Amino acid sequence: MLRFFHRWPGLLALVLVLLLAVTGAALSLYPMAERLAVPQAESNLSVADLATRVATAHPGIEQIRRAPSGRVVAWWFEGGTPGAAVIDPATGAEIGSPDPAFGLRFLTDLHRKLMLGDGGRITAAVGAGLMLLLSVSGAFLVARRMGGWNRWFARARGPLASRLHTELARFAIGGLVLSSVTGLWMTASVFSLIPDGATDPAPESALPGLAPLPLAEIPLFAETPASALKELSFPSSDLPGDSFKLTTDGGAARIDPGTGQMLSFTTPGFFERVTEVMVMLHTGQGAETLGLILGLMALAVPVLGWTGFTQWRSAQTYGSRIKANAAPMKAQTVILVASEGGSTWGFARTLHKGLTAAGLAVHTGALSRFDPARFPHAERFAILAATYGEGEAPTAARGVAERIARLKTPPKAPFAVLGFGDRSFPAFCGYAETLVAAARTAGWAEMMPMGRVDRQSAQDFTRWSRDFGAAIGVPLDLTHLPERPSTEALTLVSRRDYGAEVQAPTTILRFALPSYTLLHRLAGKGFSCFEAGDLIGILPRGSEVPRFYSLASSARDGFLEICVRRHPGGLCSGQLTDLAPGDRIEGFLRRNPGFRPQPGRKPVILIGAGTGIGPLAGFLRANRRHRPMHLYFGARSPQSDLLYGEDCALWQQSGQLTRLTTAFSRSEARSYVQDALRADAEAVAKLIKGGAQIMVCGGREMAEAVRDALSEIAARVGESPASLKEKGRYVEDVY
Amino acid sequence: MKPLYAPLALTTALVPAMAAATPVTFTTQMTNYGGDGAYLAYYVTDASGAYLGSLWMAGGKAKYYQHLSGWYAATGGNTAQVDGITGASVGAGRNLTITLDLQDALFDAGYVLHVDSSVEKMSDQPNDVVIPLTSANLGQKMPGKRYVQSVTVSK
Repeated sequence: MLRFFHRWPGLLALVLVLLLAVTGAALSLYPMAERLAVPQAESNLSVADLATRVATAHPGIEQIRRAPSGRVVAWWFEGGTPGAAVIDPATGAEIGSPDPAFGLRFLTDLHRKLMLGDGGRITAAVGAGLMLLLSVSGAFLVARRMGGWNRWFARARGPLASRLHTELARFAIGGLVLSSVTGLWMTASVFSLIPDGATDPAPESALPGLAPLPLAEIPLFAETPASALKELSFPSSDLPGDSFKLTTDGGAARIDPGTGQMLSFTTPGFFERVTEVMVMLHTGQGAETLGLILGLMALAVPVLGWTGFTQWRSAQTYGSRIKANAAPMKAQTVILVASEGGSTWGFARTLHKGLTAAGLAVHTGALSRFDPARFPHAERFAILAATYGEGEAPTAARGVAERIARLKTPPKAPFAVLGFGDRSFPAFCGYAETLVAAARTAGWAEMMPMGRVDRQSAQDFTRWSRDFGAAIGVPLDLTHLPERPSTEALTLVSRRDYGAEVQAPTTILRFALPSYTLLHRLAGKGFSCFEAGDLIGILPRGSEVPRFYSLASSARDGFLEICVRRHPGGLCSGQLTDLAPGDRIEGFLRRNPGFRPQPGRKPVILIGAGTGIGPLAGFLRANRRHRPMHLYFGARSPQSDLLYGEDCALWQQSGQLTRLTTAFSRSEARSYVQDALRADAEAVAKLIKGGAQIMVCGGREMAEAVRDALSEIAARVGESPASLKEKGRYVEDVY
Repeated sequence: MKPLYAPLALTTALVPAMAAATPVTFTTQMTNYGGDGAYLAYYVTDASGAYLGSLWMAGGKAKYYQHLSGWYAATGGNTAQVDGITGASVGAGRNLTITLDLQDALFDAGYVLHVDSSVEKMSDQPNDVVIPLTSANLGQKMPGKRYVQSVTVSK
């Protein structure tokens, strides 16, 4: 529901809100520009001084106004012609035209009422209202995504568009709420919906027949500092009995020009003052720096719009379209989906298709709409559940687990749960586990143990489909093809072979980058832009299922490098390690922004074994700023499979690698990388204390052993892998 | 027009209840002052400057009427004075023509037409134009001071 309130106003209002944000950001520059451009009055200048200076230069003076920026403008009528100028308060000299700055009127008109009349004003207010709705619903979504309001500033994870959306939203939400609330207030004020009309000091006639006093002899003028002045209107010489009207921050007064006495006085009401503050906050007039900050926040809106739209579109693409979907009333097999980004729907479609082909009546629907009564003929339920954040429900399935746990009569048909997630997260498939626990609470019968799919692994899914088929007595062996990515042919440039002597044949393969046009580069197409640690998906001949390898180079290096261990009988690793320079293979890029060194100068501890050194070598190669990087590398033998051995020596010389520690499992010491860490515990603990980031890449067992060793070491300085993970200081790329 | 009849009928004995009325046209030409649309208040005072009634208000947002300072001081910003005789604000360089049925007794009796003007972010101009309502002034282009270039009153 919350998502509904975030998405639809977002899409509908995109254009309107964009226009308001962009014009608002542009307008935010004017107050600061004006403040910087106008000469400021000396601090002890009085209204009397200022008015005297202006009136000396222009005896026909009618009105003087001072803007919050300090800009003083005077209007006069002399010799039958009107005149106006910006005045230097120090001299009374004219220093420029009072016409609004270039573009200001146009932008104001566009921002305020879309160049239309009241209809435009109301439309713009609707835009501000939508912005407010988006900000508030977005704030709740951020809190939910991060796992609570107290985790507002925790590190965002996930795909680039959604992460960028969250990061920018967290930065800008405060400003956007402020700008939209103040904007709505101003519109309400213009339409007199708020009782904030200025009170006018009562009209009183000045004493007739007196010659006007010199301005300096009028007490109120002499006492009022020029910095408090808003407006001073001079009495008209044609109107006998006319008076001065002085308006300041504190109120407005009429003053007899002959006696210098105050004739009447009024102070602004509560709402008038509130409106003044609202206008200042909205326009930045009188709060120029705040204005600039709000303008900057408004500039986040186009990016938020774009990333929000991207997410919506990808949900559309991967969304809940199911071919040959049986009616819920007739379905024997019910597939329930709780997806976050939409990719789980893809797996559901594969399962749906497979079961339908096996002759079953299958209904696939969203878990959020689960109601056992809708499926009177169900014989089994398969629940495919993604996990959001730290083990939470995907936004679309909020509250379903609680609902299941409260079921008085669980469905008679048993269920099976398949969880989707990322093993590098602490709560891998956490939400799927929650669902299983909820179903158990309700007494719902389980068909089979819960399955898990790591990072959309096609292999994991195939394995589960076999188990599921066996459980329902239907032979299933499903291959999930993710939306087949568009691949590019990559040509091998060189290869370096290691490890044959220690039964770990491993090859560092270097491919040439395809050439791209500038436009492709700008759009970030294909391999035009990638970092070490990103993944390359390789489609081996004879298979539609991509295998992923971590990249050991970045686009700046001008080549694409991966480390591949040849597995006996491995289709993809076999084809890759058989490549000779000049040969080609099909691949595509998948970003992995979760596995990058954090920005900054803090040290980085790189830990890897075997081919896991690939991305770590990439980070070292990219370490042109000589940030402290400590590499712990586990191999079998220094003579055979010390991958990147020569490069490490060079990087140490150049300062890109601070320290290299190796561990060899087939040496006399029989040492593993976790042993090397333990041996070095003191230094590692010190690095952790100093804010170091730990990056681990390699096989699952090695990663677990390293995690154990590091929890001992980190405990010395009051940290743990989990606490470091929270801060993004412990990242893993495990396979 | 009603809002003007009422104060006239109340404040002067000169006007019989069923006095003759004639259509009077007010043609206003604005200068190219280079700003947003101007608010204009047309109102009548007697020779001593005492407010009698309003003829027209150009500009719909009551919030801004305080900037028509002569009119505002005279009426206290009472929008009832301009109910039913309010139109849109008038842009720079534009022309505004209003035709009203006015009692003949308004002319040559010492009454004065005032036009106050105001433009956002620019100065307020009370008495931009002041025209004594005399037969001699009928059909004459009377110059304004700032935003109003001229006003012509004609029968």
